[in-house]
Amino acid sequence: MDLNLVWFILLGVLLAGYAVLDGFDLGVGIIHPILRGERERNVGIKAIGPLWDGNEVWLVTFGGALFAAFPEAYATVLSGMYLPVYLLLFCLILRAISVDFRNKVETSVWKRCFDVGFFVSSFGATLVFGVAAGNLIAGISLNERGEYTGSTSDLFGGYPLATGALALATFALHGVMFLYLKTTGGVRDRLANWMWHFWGVYLVMYILVSMLTLIEHPHVVTAIKQAPLAIPIVILNVVCVANMPRAIYLGKFGQAFISSCLNIVCLVALFGLSTFPNLVYSTGAGESLSLVNAASSQGTLWIMTIIAMLGIPFILSYTVIIYWTFRHPIELED
Amino acid sequence: MLAEMDVVMLSRIQFALTIMFHYLFPPITIGLGIIIVYLEGKSLWKKDSTYMDAARFWTGIFAINFAIGVATGIVMEFEFGTNWAAYSRFVGDVFGSALAAEGIFAFFLESGFLAILVYGYGRVSPGFHFFSACMVSIGSIFSSVWITIANSWQQTPTGHNIVQMTRDGEPWFVDGEPIMRAEIVDFWAMVFNPSAIHRLIHVWLGCFIVGAFLVLSISAWYLLHGKHADFAKKSFSGALFLALFSCLAMFVSGHFQARMVYEHQPAKMAAFEGHFKTGVADMSLFGIPNEETEQIDFNVSVPGGLSFLIHEDFKEEVIGLDKFKPADRPPVKIPFFAYHLMIGIGVGLTCLTVASTFWLWRGTLYQKRWLMWVFVAGIIPAIVGNETGWVAAEVGRQPWIVYAPLKVDETGERVVDADGYFVYEESLGLRTSDGVSKAIKAEQVLTSIILFGVIYFLLGVLWLFLLNRKIQAGPPVSSDLGLHDPRRDENDLKPVVTTDPHLTGDR
Repeated sequence: MDLNLVWFILLGVLLAGYAVLDGFDLGVGIIHPILRGERERNVGIKAIGPLWDGNEVWLVTFGGALFAAFPEAYATVLSGMYLPVYLLLFCLILRAISVDFRNKVETSVWKRCFDVGFFVSSFGATLVFGVAAGNLIAGISLNERGEYTGSTSDLFGGYPLATGALALATFALHGVMFLYLKTTGGVRDRLANWMWHFWGVYLVMYILVSMLTLIEHPHVVTAIKQAPLAIPIVILNVVCVANMPRAIYLGKFGQAFISSCLNIVCLVALFGLSTFPNLVYSTGAGESLSLVNAASSQGTLWIMTIIAMLGIPFILSYTVIIYWTFRHPIELED
Repeated sequence: MLAEMDVVMLSRIQFALTIMFHYLFPPITIGLGIIIVYLEGKSLWKKDSTYMDAARFWTGIFAINFAIGVATGIVMEFEFGTNWAAYSRFVGDVFGSALAAEGIFAFFLESGFLAILVYGYGRVSPGFHFFSACMVSIGSIFSSVWITIANSWQQTPTGHNIVQMTRDGEPWFVDGEPIMRAEIVDFWAMVFNPSAIHRLIHVWLGCFIVGAFLVLSISAWYLLHGKHADFAKKSFSGALFLALFSCLAMFVSGHFQARMVYEHQPAKMAAFEGHFKTGVADMSLFGIPNEETEQIDFNVSVPGGLSFLIHEDFKEEVIGLDKFKPADRPPVKIPFFAYHLMIGIGVGLTCLTVASTFWLWRGTLYQKRWLMWVFVAGIIPAIVGNETGWVAAEVGRQPWIVYAPLKVDETGERVVDADGYFVYEESLGLRTSDGVSKAIKAEQVLTSIILFGVIYFLLGVLWLFLLNRKIQAGPPVSSDLGLHDPRRDENDLKPVVTTDPHLTGDR
């Protein structure tokens, strides 16, 4: 089997894992302002407290794997998106301390500061992810050596901002569903109400981004047409989006959350396929960075495959153990 | 001053700033991890809950450091790509796989089980909790392995070939220049490159010293204030033995480390010692190297000392900086000061731990209040020693980002050019100035440095504030359970299912 393709798929799995898992805790951050009163906000933080750190490791491993498997793509994207990357990193730092340190001091000013920090950082990180994805779908300008030649402001065009908004809507919807499952009592009714709003916003952004992609970026249409499995993924995606209101209406919130997870997996898959078989689509003089010409040597890909085969069973087993340990909802203590 | 610098210098400053700030935390978590495992194990074995209380206290300290360590560590991973893209392209095939192994083997283990360690009291059985502590400790140690190997490969590269990249099956040229990169040919030769094991042991011992001195510092503070005496003495004596062992082992490790550096990077060793002229080398105890006069001002030195350390002979010749072209020489001042500070601290901490162990044996240790104050402050030199060791290693590596080997002839003799200089295999290494990203501008890097400066300053203040609060609050005491103590902050929440009495009382 083609190792380059294997690593493309594995990176997709890591990114999807990250988006599904960290997606809900980023989402809880994005919807944090809708929570009322100290107790609800505390529940919001507590619901993700033990989990977010492990979720973020998926991003760390994705970064390491991208560096190792496709160093050209790693170097081009990170140096090209210099300021957005640092914006993301600052958000991740702010998030880490907001979640971990909010409850270390019992004063309301302290807590409010970290509530704001939690919201701003979750919002900012998600927006940067969406903007980065939008740029990669649309393509960026590369020179002969495969280096980005545009400017920072080029990265914040209309289309990337639309995908940024889609990312915010996706994670907000995902987060509100997760939080519903992790809470009990009165707050649940309000969360269920909010689900409808977020689903509506999500649907609008989903349609808008799909249409913009079809109109503005014909290379994506070509790429997706020739990509394997594209049609089943699109069908699954639409079914998931449609199933969410059905499940919410019937009160099957677990099913709604699963639909949201699958929805995110589909979006990540479509993102991956949107420039297939290229990783970074070039709109400039240089060639696009493809699965072949951005990759490490076959020897390295083999070594990494062995490392991954040894490591993945362990990762899966302790991810399951940890989620099992923290499966119960959070409840306020009187 | 910063505004006039180029992308290379600014990126180096930013890397130094971010890695030195990050490196405050991993040694603490690696060192504390071992102490937590020891305490939890002892609690299970002796059925003594005071050990468990101590473990919980140190877990709280661990968690604060871990959170900042993770957040600042992600920065490092992406900084290779943002600022050092050309380097990343050159080494990705070798360096990247080590980094990926770190993510897969270490980070998931560490962060996953930390959740159980911190949030799992009362939710999981004590045995499983102990298991989680072991996993966190192993994970934190693993996480130092691969990055240290990757760094060692940069210093003493082996197990790879430098090959031309291809595009569409054809050799790749841009503007007539072939595009080269390093590719792995022998994974294990890369992993066990000549400096990897020495460096790893050196790094671990440094981490153990920091972990031990953090425990010693906090425990000494409690003893001085007459608080938590039983807990403090238990922690103090355990940490003192770890510190003693690590300090003594450090001398052996440091000796091998220095000889290894001289063998593979003689220019670096010469910079460490300010050894400008090839010949019998003194060991400078104090001085200020002067690169213009090529002498050490205010020098106090042991004649032939360096010759003895390297060759075990006071009269033997040691290669000096004069054997290297000016363009191939590392800067001297920073490596010299950093190296000497590291060694001075090492000697000082060793004397302190040896003497204290003697007084512990005599039973007079805890009466010496002045000594306890020395221990309270002792964490600072322990951290400075770790940082300066890395500064010496990395500034001494200049002007290379991937160190080119010295050219040797068929008999293994180093080749000398017409001017008497050693010759580097230029094409097998990469100069720092060639490793920087081409797509970034100085203003961008300046912006990110300023932002990092502000954010890390605030983060540092927050870190010290929270550590201080934890320390002031002190360890949980089993007999306190059930009493409400507003200083213990964790949560006013509990999982629905638990009926464990520990959880409701012990917050």
